[in-house]
Amino acid sequence: MPEILTRHRPLTLLATLVVAQILLLAFQIKRHNNVRLIRYWVSEVVTPGEKGASSTFSGIGGIWSGYVALRGTHAENLRLQQQVGQLELRNQELENQAAEAKRLSVLLDFRDAHREAPMLAAQVIGGSADISTHTLFINKGERSGIRRNDAVITPAGIVGKIVEVTPSTAQILLVNDRDSGVGALFADTRTQGILKGDGDPEPVMSYVTNDEKVHPGEVILTSGEDRIFPKGLLVGTVAGSKPGYPFQTIYVNTAARLDRLEDVIVLLSQEELHPQADETAGNVVVGLPPVPATHPAAEAASSAGKLSPSAAPSAAPSVAPNSSAAAKPDSHATKSAQPSTGRP
Amino acid sequence: MAYTFNSGMQAESNIEVHKYYGGVVIVVALLAIIIQAFLHRYGRWSEFADLPLLVTIYFGVSKRNPVSGMLLGACIGIAQDALSHDNPIGLYGIAKTIVGFIASSVGARIDTEHPLSRFALVFVLFHVHQAVLAFTERVLLDRPTPFFTVHLLIVSLVSATVAVILFSLLDRLRRQS
Repeated sequence: MPEILTRHRPLTLLATLVVAQILLLAFQIKRHNNVRLIRYWVSEVVTPGEKGASSTFSGIGGIWSGYVALRGTHAENLRLQQQVGQLELRNQELENQAAEAKRLSVLLDFRDAHREAPMLAAQVIGGSADISTHTLFINKGERSGIRRNDAVITPAGIVGKIVEVTPSTAQILLVNDRDSGVGALFADTRTQGILKGDGDPEPVMSYVTNDEKVHPGEVILTSGEDRIFPKGLLVGTVAGSKPGYPFQTIYVNTAARLDRLEDVIVLLSQEELHPQADETAGNVVVGLPPVPATHPAAEAASSAGKLSPSAAPSAAPSVAPNSSAAAKPDSHATKSAQPSTGRP
Repeated sequence: MAYTFNSGMQAESNIEVHKYYGGVVIVVALLAIIIQAFLHRYGRWSEFADLPLLVTIYFGVSKRNPVSGMLLGACIGIAQDALSHDNPIGLYGIAKTIVGFIASSVGARIDTEHPLSRFALVFVLFHVHQAVLAFTERVLLDRPTPFFTVHLLIVSLVSATVAVILFSLLDRLRRQS
């Protein structure tokens, strides 16, 4: 090579001079978005090499990561699938716990708002096997202090009462059962009646004369006359009414979702609930004026022989919880005639 | 004055190599550039005689040394670029380097003392110079410079005529052997 350059020295020098001046020009000339020509040339020369090297290395890397490094992928996939299954279970468990915590939080708020009233939170663990009756089982019983005829409510509204108690469980008779009877009144007119079941999912309010004007949406509260539910608890609203003889039939939408109960509150005494922290906590309305003692509904119930024996001497006759309870008064029924004592 | 046409390496040794007094080449080249710049101030007259090109051809042919011819052409061309206001340095440098190389190479093979041969040589090298210039401008500067036009033909003829006169004047600066 040096011999050739020496032999053709003039040509070599010419080429050197020309190339040097071309490079000199390339340093000065700007083209393609104000980029110097020398940069453009170098880029054009170097870039394909860089691209080739990059694609070669990425190809080798792709072969390595796509094939060679996948030896343990199947086992890893199985392990990950197992892990995903465990995580899904865990996630479901946590979601359930979160929902439960939310429900219990509502119950706790309700309890905090009524510290003076003894009450007990319980979980619904089962329902009735008989489709014609509306009963539920809860996970608390006699050992927890639950007795027959204790009122069962939710922060939304009343649910029913305790009818059977075992040491560890208790059975609730829902307000929409045929055997249920709850003293109730309209919040606006103070007209009293009896809330009972008629076989449908929603209960009806009876013993309201046809003269009473009832409007859909009217609020219905407990009257306290049944000696089971404290006065002023929210029952529900009027869904509609139908004239009858001698009383009209009023259909009621219960405030508590009786078909979706999971957690309930058992009231261990019948004393009235007075909110301490928040007057509207748990949607419970309290502190209403007393109901007139001589109400047609109470009289009707009394004439039907449904008065509680222990409640009969009182000034305001109470409506018996149900016919069976009236027929078989027990010691708890006697206790419930003493409204504001609470359970020791 | 004897006009001898030779070819090949053997013929080169028979062709007389002219020598000049010290500094003559530099002074003449500088004068050519200065005069060219001076003429440029007076309109388009300067383009009818590219004096730096003529000086490059003359000394290349006379010295008959390709290396010195192309170096002289490169220096004159770069100086010409430096004096222009928008030409990048190297544009005329490349063209005159090549012209200097060709002129000295041709001068080493043929005797170019006859006015006709000088006329023809300058005419041809003028167009070579223009071709290299146009090619460089087209490729590097992206300028649509023409390779050949009638105007260029006229200019080349005028330049060749001027060259015959100029070369005979420059012959007087030769050192007598």
